[in-house]
Amino acid sequence: MVVYGVYIVSKSGGLIFNYDHNIPKVETEKTFGFPLDIKLQYENKKVVVVFGQRDGINVGHVLISVNGSPVTGRTLEDGRDVFDIIEAKENYPLSLKFGRSRATTNEKIVLASMFYPLFALASQLSPVPKTSGIESLTADTFKLSCFQTLTGVKFIMLSDPNMQGAEVVLKRIYELYSDYALKNPFYSLEMPIRCELFDTSLHTLLELVEKSGTANL
Amino acid sequence: MSRQTSRLDAKKVNSELLTLTYGALVSQMLKEIENPDDVNKQLERIGYNMGVRLIEDFLARTSSGRCLEMRETADKIQQAFRLYLNMQPTVTSWSNAGDEFSLVWDQCPLSEWVEMNNSSLKYCALIPGAIKGALQMVQLDVQCWFVQDQLKGDAVTELRVKYIKRLEDAVPAGED
Repeated sequence: MVVYGVYIVSKSGGLIFNYDHNIPKVETEKTFGFPLDIKLQYENKKVVVVFGQRDGINVGHVLISVNGSPVTGRTLEDGRDVFDIIEAKENYPLSLKFGRSRATTNEKIVLASMFYPLFALASQLSPVPKTSGIESLTADTFKLSCFQTLTGVKFIMLSDPNMQGAEVVLKRIYELYSDYALKNPFYSLEMPIRCELFDTSLHTLLELVEKSGTANL
Repeated sequence: MSRQTSRLDAKKVNSELLTLTYGALVSQMLKEIENPDDVNKQLERIGYNMGVRLIEDFLARTSSGRCLEMRETADKIQQAFRLYLNMQPTVTSWSNAGDEFSLVWDQCPLSEWVEMNNSSLKYCALIPGAIKGALQMVQLDVQCWFVQDQLKGDAVTELRVKYIKRLEDAVPAGED
């Protein structure tokens, strides 16, 4: 049972904690000859593969480095534009590394605040009054489980789609939160959680879940 | 298989430790603030801040649901007293409207060994503060005050809890 990450959203919809647990790293490096047989495009401040999927380089992957030097936005460390390099024949053979892009902290904050109205919408759409909102959301590659406490804090866990007993794990995370975050006198409510004890005990819990399941939690 | 939650099981500490620590806090505050009414206010504020955090601990430990009725709330408060102070107050004197009740106890660990000469100090003012703070986090606005106090010569200590309103705009999505 793989857990990909844990998020905690405060009562007002802000992301107060995020933890990437076990995200598979997808990276492929390959040497190319001229002309490049992959179509690249610059979007959302990243150089993305738009067409020409092959050798583990998939559509949607992001250019990470050129000849070992990392790419930020569309420029290299020395300030040269990536597209200028790719289009010039004299630069080949060229070693390009592609990978799946990881959400930045800012993007995670945006995603968390997007989940908030989605949750409220789901409870509005309910045919019966008083629903719990979204408890679980399943896709082919992952399952999102959400637990909202009576005080309005949401605990969200991304895991393997076959994950069983996610509610138990979320309740345990709630216990950890009430112990290590709230009893820390230097933690103020509604603020991002930066408590090392919380991090380590959460890590231990997730390791335990991955190793021996949720049966003995 | 045994539960792995030993770390989270309620830790038992000697209540005398709590009693003495609390006593030290109150006497220190009296020294620094002088006016007992201000001390009452401060204690209540400390209690409020504790309640706001303690409620999460209570909910996580007891997995209790939302109270939609004052009698349930009284039950839960009683349960919390048992959990956190190991004392069993009785719930009595319900108002006819069912929105007001009293918690009565004759022995509280916080005020064991206390003898008071100061008349306007409410020694246990932390407790009503904590109740108010905790209930506010579950969207319940209450008023909470002492009617009788053993430290002032009454036979028992009586704490009155009165429902004011439900904080509708703070109710989390899905429950409104």
